[in-house]
Amino acid sequence: MSTILGLYNYWIVVLLMMTGFYIVIAHGNLIKKVIGLNIFQTSVIIMYISMGKVRDGAPPILTEGVTLFSNPLPHVLMLTAIVVGVATTALALSLVVRINEAYGSIEEEDIHTQEKSS
Amino acid sequence: MISANLPALQVIIPLLAAPLAFLLRKPRLVWPFALLATILTVLTSIGLLQQVLDEGVISYAMGGWSPPWGIEYRVDAANAYVALIVSAMGAIVMFYAGTSIRHELPEHKQTLFHVAYLLCLAGLLGITVTGDAFNVFVFLEVSSLSTYIMVSLGANRRALTATFQYLIMGTLGATFILIGVGLMYVMTGTLNMVDLAQRLPEVADSRTIYSAFAFVTVGVCLKLALFPLHGWLPNAYAYAPSVATAFVASTATKVAIYVLLRFVLTIFGVTFSFNTMPLGYILMVLAVIAILIPSTVAIYQSNVKRLFAYSSVGQVGYIILGISFGTVLGVSAGLLHIFNHALTKGALFLALGCLYYRTGSVHLDAFRGLGKTMPWTMAAIVVGGLGLVGVPLTAGFISKWYLVMAALEQGYWPLAAVALAGSLLAAIYLWKLVELAYFQQPDSDAAQIREAPLSLLVPTLLVTASTIYFGINTDLTVGVATVAAETLIGGVR
Repeated sequence: MSTILGLYNYWIVVLLMMTGFYIVIAHGNLIKKVIGLNIFQTSVIIMYISMGKVRDGAPPILTEGVTLFSNPLPHVLMLTAIVVGVATTALALSLVVRINEAYGSIEEEDIHTQEKSS
Repeated sequence: MISANLPALQVIIPLLAAPLAFLLRKPRLVWPFALLATILTVLTSIGLLQQVLDEGVISYAMGGWSPPWGIEYRVDAANAYVALIVSAMGAIVMFYAGTSIRHELPEHKQTLFHVAYLLCLAGLLGITVTGDAFNVFVFLEVSSLSTYIMVSLGANRRALTATFQYLIMGTLGATFILIGVGLMYVMTGTLNMVDLAQRLPEVADSRTIYSAFAFVTVGVCLKLALFPLHGWLPNAYAYAPSVATAFVASTATKVAIYVLLRFVLTIFGVTFSFNTMPLGYILMVLAVIAILIPSTVAIYQSNVKRLFAYSSVGQVGYIILGISFGTVLGVSAGLLHIFNHALTKGALFLALGCLYYRTGSVHLDAFRGLGKTMPWTMAAIVVGGLGLVGVPLTAGFISKWYLVMAALEQGYWPLAAVALAGSLLAAIYLWKLVELAYFQQPDSDAAQIREAPLSLLVPTLLVTASTIYFGINTDLTVGVATVAAETLIGGVR
């Protein structure tokens, strides 16, 4: 029971990770690929946040009488990862815009046939 | 004062130069400024390597926060060596970029290209000097994002789709590394590489560490374009601006290989990677396929930039083959080939840039009669190609020689045969170019083509000459590569 319910956030991580990964691989629409990539990256953020939690740990603020704190470091790391994710998404979306201007399509198959014929 | 801060300067000079270059705006001013920054970076690298060889490992506490709490920059022979390769290529290609970029990009994009270039350089150097596992991820993304920008500026619209594919695969790779680092952190509570190396053995026998190892290795192999994960590379190299191809081909994959070495050998340790986990055999099989198949595919390419891109995948196979032995001789052969291949491919892609400058094409047809119209450029391509084949007196020969010795040391003589077969394949695609260039007459309208301008030719020939120099005088490269391999395998002491 504890492996299923007790670790539920890690199950969510795995589910999101695989969902995102599947979308990136299976979908031909470039926007959907970017969104899939986003979901994939988000799952990692949840993973890091989950492992920062210490059982019965208080928020990491110095208070009288509290000795056990949760680990704040993973949160800080994820701030960086979020920034990286935003930058990647912005760049990916602007590329999609440019691809749409150049090919008139954002479907992978369309683009592929155009590249083959030219 | 300055010598104590070299590890930080190594990253900070290009990192600060990038926004300053952006503020300068005018491409006329930006290029000399960026060139100055890259030259300062090279001087820093030379200083660092000298310091490491004289005094041993340098540990630099970023911002005065002592390791393992703060971010440590840790420079030993291995990363000082890689940093020197990266910054030296960075400066030479930047010199070349002045003319080439002015020719290939519209004026409003030139400044932005130089800014992306400097950021990429900062990211790559950051990866090499840092001693913090999470910091590796951050710098990896800095360099990757700026590489995507540089690739996407190519003239052909296919540059856009190539970049998109590169972005998707590169981000997946980086996120895999991030997952691996997270799993290591959850078991050890540390991100410092030295600390990780000390604490991992206690917890190594757990599924978490096994999967951490798998995630990191696969993620890095995506970045370094090991055979089945190389899909992004050929198009990205083929359609990027000449300068971007030359720079990325000679540095980015090499730095990724360094990351693999650092994680596999130093952090996880040789015993865990090669005995507990079957990494040696997996890499060996993939390396053999990488040497044989992409080199064969290269023969059938009509876009010469694409041809050499496939050959790059094959050459990565050689480097990985050396690493897969897990011995000092094997790893130093791999490190040697990192250096020699960076020079050889750099020279080739720079020469292709010269060709593109004059003819506007890198198609096989453009090579017809090139031996007459552009003798120096073609000579650079031939010397570079001979380096890929591994002909004696070129740098490529030295690293292949060491690789074959490392294979024979282990008694793997069939692998030595594979390495030679790869050379034969390289000889075939080189012959195709030589035949067109020297034994066919140029088309009537191509006969007026002149040799490329000196500002392109000088850096190209400089790199080409250095591949010959390092093929004859091997004391420096072999010496440093052996020390670096010993440091990597010996772990952090």
